[in-house]
Amino acid sequence: MTNNGSLTRYAPSVIGWIVLVSLPEWINAVGYTDLGSRVVILGLAAMALNFLLGHTGVLSFGHAAYFGLGAYGAGLTLRYLAPSTGLAILVGTGIGTFAAMLIGPLIIRLRGVYFAMVTIAFGQIFYFIAFRWNTVTGGDDGLTNWTRQPINLGFATIDLKDPVAFYYLTLVVFAVATAIMAKLLASPFGRSLLAIRENERRALFLGIPVNLRIWLSWTVSCGFVSIAGAMYALLNNFVDPRALHWSQSGTFVIMAVLGGMRSFWGPLIGSAIYVVLQDYLSSRTSNWMSLVGLVFVLVVLFFPRGVLGMLGRRSAT
Amino acid sequence: MTLLKVENLTKRFGSLIAVADVSMVVEPGEIRAVIGPNGAGKTTFFNMISGFLTPSTGRILFDGKDISRVPASQRVKIGMARTFQITEVFPELTVRDNLQIAVEASAGYGLSVILNEEAREEVHADVSELLELSGLTDRADRLVGELSHGDQRTAEIMMALALKPRLLLLDEPTAGMGDQETFDIAKLIRKLHRQQNLSIVLIEHDMRIVFNLADRIMVLAEGRMLAEGTPKDIAANEAVQKAYLGTAG
Repeated sequence: MTNNGSLTRYAPSVIGWIVLVSLPEWINAVGYTDLGSRVVILGLAAMALNFLLGHTGVLSFGHAAYFGLGAYGAGLTLRYLAPSTGLAILVGTGIGTFAAMLIGPLIIRLRGVYFAMVTIAFGQIFYFIAFRWNTVTGGDDGLTNWTRQPINLGFATIDLKDPVAFYYLTLVVFAVATAIMAKLLASPFGRSLLAIRENERRALFLGIPVNLRIWLSWTVSCGFVSIAGAMYALLNNFVDPRALHWSQSGTFVIMAVLGGMRSFWGPLIGSAIYVVLQDYLSSRTSNWMSLVGLVFVLVVLFFPRGVLGMLGRRSAT
Repeated sequence: MTLLKVENLTKRFGSLIAVADVSMVVEPGEIRAVIGPNGAGKTTFFNMISGFLTPSTGRILFDGKDISRVPASQRVKIGMARTFQITEVFPELTVRDNLQIAVEASAGYGLSVILNEEAREEVHADVSELLELSGLTDRADRLVGELSHGDQRTAEIMMALALKPRLLLLDEPTAGMGDQETFDIAKLIRKLHRQQNLSIVLIEHDMRIVFNLADRIMVLAEGRMLAEGTPKDIAANEAVQKAYLGTAG
């Protein structure tokens, strides 16, 4: 077991990274690189949600709010502030994280379905602001008239118009973000979050300040969701209020559950399944959502630990 | 110096008086048992001492300081740890992780992302020592939820011990256990008491355990203190026999 252990432990991650890095090579049909970027970006969002859901045991149904704030932050920066992709990502992430940090203290006392409901409520506030504030956000039509800009590294300029170049930028952001999340989860801080997931009362009587930890986990989770949101806006060169809508939050939850909430990489698999199913089915039927729903129900019924959970505990953190 | 002093503690839930005017003094190194029939208010009394409930009236002094209104997580920091009637552990984590979380929480590393070598080794050594002490070393990498009831309870007691408490509060440590497991837990409690110089307050139904372990016994009935004294006193007390032990001799 021990000889085999390290091999079976690291092999899935190694294969995973090889698949991700080589993706543009084999998805060469026109337009499909963007599909890869979508999988990675939404996968990051779902993994970020899962930091709170799967590793702290707190269900949020309002993560789209911070995803959307990241997206609008990036879009508005490029439209009104400065033609800098890097600045757009920073501003988007900053706005989303800051909003989550402020809203956190208002909701961390709540548990279970009450927490979920209130996160939806706060999310819908941002949705309606984006929807109604036509002059700035473009309202229902979305925020247009901007595109992602080349990144100037000093010694070289990366032209992000090329989908492959943008895919690799996405992958770098994804790699850094997931490395930080993995590091956090493997630390004493991360273990104190697992403790809360497992048994809040025991955690409290170990002297762990539960509400404060949930606030931190919430902020970290929303922070990474807003990075994903900023990247999503850059991918589409467009943002509309649906990015903030609670149904988008539901999509993240579905991805996390599909792939496996208890595993670190599960939500990325969930994102891949969801995005590919959506792409394939929506070109054939307008009822694609009911088919995705059917898959979701089947997974929940037969593999309650999700696709990766089914493959064994070894891929768990 | 007195470690724990409870003065005239009362807890009302609406018109129900769960605990009425109960006082208790626990000296350092003492094992104190709290017994009484079901519904006597034992667990409510316990919950007030550990900070799970706030008393309606009365005071709790720990080390001479009034902690009646101090939140539970703070009481842990000044040296109180407890276990629960229904075992409270982290079922989907390994025994080692359960103990490590407790050790890290106790050391104040809960916010740390990176520990230096020294701290990590210290945590590791503490966890190993706890495993050794509890006899769970060979089950260290199993999920706590998969262990037997007795082992889960042992793990919970060790998590409480990881907090380096001066006062350990055990709520029915042998509830729902067979004879062998009960005996093992009693042995563990005695061993910890001897080695760590702990004060222990325990609620217990198993009279063999109570009379075997306790230095002093307090009897509660219907929220009031019925009697208090050494096991010998209690065994000879007629009021206690009537209310609780049910037999005369």
